[in-house]
Amino acid sequence: MSDGETARSIEEAGGVMRFAADKPLRLDSGARIEGLEVAYRTYGRLNEAKSNAVLICHALTLDQHVAGRHPTTGKPGWWSLVVGPGLPIDTDRYFVICSNVVGGCQGTTGPASIDPATGEPYGLSFPMVTIADMVRAQAMLVEALDIEQLFAVVGGSMGGMQVLQWAADYPERLYAAVSIASAARHSAQNIAFHEVGRQAVMADPDWRGGGYARAGVRPEKGLAVARMAAHITYLSEAALQRKFGRELQRDGLSWGFDADFQVESYLRHQGASFVDRFDANSYLYITRAMDYFDLAAQHGGVLAEAFRRARDVRFCAFSFTSDWLYPTSESRQVVQALNAAGARASFVEIVSDKGHDAFLLDEPVLHAALAGFLRSAGQVRGLS
Amino acid sequence: MTQREDFREIARLVRPGSRVLDVGCGEGELLELLGTEKTVDGRGLEISAEGVSACLARGLAVVQGDADSDLDYFPTRAFDYAVLSQTLPQVRNPRHVLSELLRIADRAIVSLPNFGHWRVRLDLLLSGKMPVTHSLPQPWWATGNIHLCTVRDFTGLCDDLGLTIEACAALAEDGPARPMDPKHWLENWRAASALFLLTRGGQPPVVAAPAPAAKADLFG
Repeated sequence: MSDGETARSIEEAGGVMRFAADKPLRLDSGARIEGLEVAYRTYGRLNEAKSNAVLICHALTLDQHVAGRHPTTGKPGWWSLVVGPGLPIDTDRYFVICSNVVGGCQGTTGPASIDPATGEPYGLSFPMVTIADMVRAQAMLVEALDIEQLFAVVGGSMGGMQVLQWAADYPERLYAAVSIASAARHSAQNIAFHEVGRQAVMADPDWRGGGYARAGVRPEKGLAVARMAAHITYLSEAALQRKFGRELQRDGLSWGFDADFQVESYLRHQGASFVDRFDANSYLYITRAMDYFDLAAQHGGVLAEAFRRARDVRFCAFSFTSDWLYPTSESRQVVQALNAAGARASFVEIVSDKGHDAFLLDEPVLHAALAGFLRSAGQVRGLS
Repeated sequence: MTQREDFREIARLVRPGSRVLDVGCGEGELLELLGTEKTVDGRGLEISAEGVSACLARGLAVVQGDADSDLDYFPTRAFDYAVLSQTLPQVRNPRHVLSELLRIADRAIVSLPNFGHWRVRLDLLLSGKMPVTHSLPQPWWATGNIHLCTVRDFTGLCDDLGLTIEACAALAEDGPARPMDPKHWLENWRAASALFLLTRGGQPPVVAAPAPAAKADLFG
C-alpha cells in the first residue's frame, strides 16, 4: 500500500453498545450475561437502504480495530491491507462493522470485566462462551444498529468459524459469507496446541487460579510462553526458515541459554508484546470456545445440515497451501457440505508459503479474488 | 479469447432455467453465457486458482478442484446438466470422470477433439509428427491432452458404460455445427471436433427439465 492510500482518511466511528439487563446474552452453556457490553468500530457509511453493511469477525487475539490506527498500540489496524478506501473491502462502498468477541478483553464483556453481582472482575466465574455465543452477541449488535440484513460476513481463522456459524444460525440475515483459512471444527492437533498454551498460563504462579486481578499481578510469563508456542503454528516451516534460518543475534554462541538465535529473540518479543495487550483469562476462554467448536456436531453430525437453510447465501472459502493449522482439507470439507446442501459455494486454494498468517499479509491473489467476489455479489444485491 | 465454437452449441442445447455444472470451467465464459442467455443456475469446477478468481469476479459460484478427484464430493443428481467442454482428454481417468458426470447430473454434455479427423490422420501419416490442427492447436510437449481419442473410441466408451447418446453434432472451425450419426464410419473422418448429449442408459431422467425452447435447433 502506498503512502497516498494510507493518507486517505476513513470515516470511522464506534464505541460500546450496552444492552439492558432485560436483554441478556443467552449462552450455549445455559448461563446468561446480563448488562452485556459490546465494543465495536465502524468504517465507511451505511447507505440509506442499510444494505451495504459488512461484518468482519476477528481471530483469536485480534480486536475490533481492523483499519485506521489502533488507539493503544498506534499501529495500523490488523487488516489495513484489506479494509479501506479502494481496497478489497472498500469503505467507499461498504459500511464495515467489527466488534470485539464476547469473552475478549478489548472492551466487550469478558473475564476481565467487572461482575455486576460482586463488583469484582469475573475471573473464572465468567461463564464458558462458544463461537455461537460470540455470533449471538454480534447479531444483537447488528440488530441494535438497526441493520436487518448484512451484505456480507467476513472472517479469517476463528473469524471464519464465526462466519460459518452465522450462515448456520442466521442465514436470512446475511447475503454473502467469506471464510478464510478456517475450519468447521477444531482438530485434535488444534486442541492439543491450545492445551499447551492454557497449561502454560495456568502453570504461572501469578495466575492465582484465575484470580490474578484481585492480587494485582498478571501471569505474564505463562501467557508469553502460550503466545510463543501458538505463534509457531501461525507460520510455515518455510517462512520461519526464510525469515531466520540459523542466524545468530550476535557474533558467536553464548554457550548458555540466552537468545542466541534470531528466531528465539523473535519469539520472545512476540510473547512479551502480547502480554501487554491481552488478558490471560480471555486467552483461556477464547481458546476453549474454539476447541468446543464443531458445527457438524451441532447438526446431528452432518455438516451439510448446518447449511440446509443457507442455500441462498453466496459463499466463498479461501485456504492457503502452507497453512498446516487450518489446512485446505478443512476448507474443502466445508465446501463439500455447502455443495451437498445445494448452497452457492466458491472455493480458492491460494499458493503461499506464509502459513496460516497469510490471511493477514500481502496476498494479491486473495485480495483480487475477495474484491471480485464482493463486487459481483454487490452488483447482484444492487450496491453501486 | 474468442468464444469457442462449442459454447454456442452448448448454450443452444441447455434448457432455460436448468441447473448446470461446468467441469473445467476456466475463466467462466460458458457459465456466464448460460447465465445471461438461459438463466441457468450454474456452478463450476476449475483446477487453477487464477481461473476461479476470474470466475468470482464474474459473480459465478466456482470451486477450485480437480475433475479426477473432486467430482466424487458432489451429491447425486444435483444437476440437470454436467458440461465437460474439451476437457475429457486432459483428465487422468476419463472413464471415471464420465460416469461421475452422469451420477451428478441427468444429462452430460461432452465435447472433445476428434483424433480420427482426416487432417489429423494425414498430418501424422505424412509428417510422422504429432498433429497440430485447429482442434489440437498445441505441440505434443505443451498440450494438456493426455488421453486423446477418436469419435469411435468415445462411442465405444459410452457403450461400455451403458450411456445413451441422445444427440451428437460435428463442430467445424468455420460455419455452424451439424447433426451427425456418431457411429457412421465417415463421421469419424469428417468431424474435427464433436459434441455429445448423453444420458444414463435405460432409466429416463427423473427430474423433468423444462419443456424445450420454442425455437429448437439441432437437438430440439
